[in-house]
Amino acid sequence: MSLLAAEGGGGFTAPGLEEFFPAVFLFEGTGFDVNRIILVRIIATLALLLLLWLALRKATVVPGRVQSVVELAFDFVRKDIAYGMLGRKDGDRFFPLIAAIFFGVFALNITGIVPFLNMSSNALIGMPLVLSLVVYVVMIAAGIQAKGGFRYLKDELFPAGVPKPMYILVTPIEIVSTFIARPVSLTLRLTFNMLVGHLLLVLCFAATQFFFFEAGGAVAGFGALTLVGGFAFTLFEILVAVLQAYVFALLTAAYIQLSVAQDH
Amino acid sequence: MTPMTVLAAEGGHPLIPAAYDIVWSAVCFALIFLVFWKVLLPKFRVVLDERSSAIQGGIEKAEKVQAEADAALAEYQKQLADGRAEAARLRAEAQEEGAQIIASMKQQATEESERIITQAKAQIEAERQSAMVSLRSEVGGLATDLASRIVGESLDDDTRSANVVDRFIADLEAQTPVAAASTAKEF
Repeated sequence: MSLLAAEGGGGFTAPGLEEFFPAVFLFEGTGFDVNRIILVRIIATLALLLLLWLALRKATVVPGRVQSVVELAFDFVRKDIAYGMLGRKDGDRFFPLIAAIFFGVFALNITGIVPFLNMSSNALIGMPLVLSLVVYVVMIAAGIQAKGGFRYLKDELFPAGVPKPMYILVTPIEIVSTFIARPVSLTLRLTFNMLVGHLLLVLCFAATQFFFFEAGGAVAGFGALTLVGGFAFTLFEILVAVLQAYVFALLTAAYIQLSVAQDH
Repeated sequence: MTPMTVLAAEGGHPLIPAAYDIVWSAVCFALIFLVFWKVLLPKFRVVLDERSSAIQGGIEKAEKVQAEADAALAEYQKQLADGRAEAARLRAEAQEEGAQIIASMKQQATEESERIITQAKAQIEAERQSAMVSLRSEVGGLATDLASRIVGESLDDDTRSANVVDRFIADLEAQTPVAAASTAKEF
């Protein structure tokens, strides 16, 4: 960033993390403060629910075009993620959570490339953190429900088939990997994918703006490059938005599966 | 100067969520989850169940119809094969019967012709026998007759007796030329 700033001859200021903390303009200090990103988050939530409700409101046995697409997506989550990981019975039990996570994460991600919104509210750590905590609680609750608290902890911390003395080494690793690394990695993976994606886009388009309108002359040619780069990253961000939603939902299913699995 | 310290000073750290961030995250996700759980997914399930039962029904119906068609086809083919076998059997029977009829006809004809030939031979033999018998008696009679005629006429008239003999011979030839010929041969 400092390099680019230097190239810009001092006139260009690279966007930084202040991007993610815009001014609060509503309910300041109440705990329900709304800034631009929170507004984007609320809009994305309502838009997702409204669109899906409209698509399924008059759902018929022979589906229309929109209904087909929505059903295809629901079916993908149900068959490939829920059933694939958990089997039919548990897959049906946890399908609402997994579907809410998949579509919620996708909706909140995709605002990053929607014109005028231009920000994924998952770049704020709050949303990924809340989702991870939900998954964390459900994962542990599902394990305890399936086998009882003692048996669950024993299965998780003292995996079968390991020689007893090895537990001195294995158990701390299991504690960290199961009860700490899982929620932390879920949170950070999503947060930083969105955060970095946004920074890349802003950087590309801010540089384009700078090269075209402020630097002028021969360097204006660089603007074309950064514009193309920005376009390419926009497409890439669409992929990332889908992929991260898929990964989050898949890991949710996988963690629940590891908790409820009887022989492990 | 690092961006982090600057940012922290400006009112946010990327790893430390603000209270309002957590609050709005929880509200939004709770809303998403509840609507999915209570509204969207039940609708989705109902439609899916209806569709799968409709498809299942359609498949079952199609399978039933297919099975019926298969059965009808098998039945038809069986009937066709039966018909063909029956026709072949009838044809074979007819041929055999025809051959038998021809053979028996030939046999009958042969027997009939042999019978006719035998009968004809016997008849010819009988006629020949009777002819011989009558010829013998007739020759005796004729001889007697001739002798009496010769005697009855004037034996001194040589010319007349020669005429009588000539006439007799001519009569004889005129009456039975064949019998006379065969008689002549045998005697």
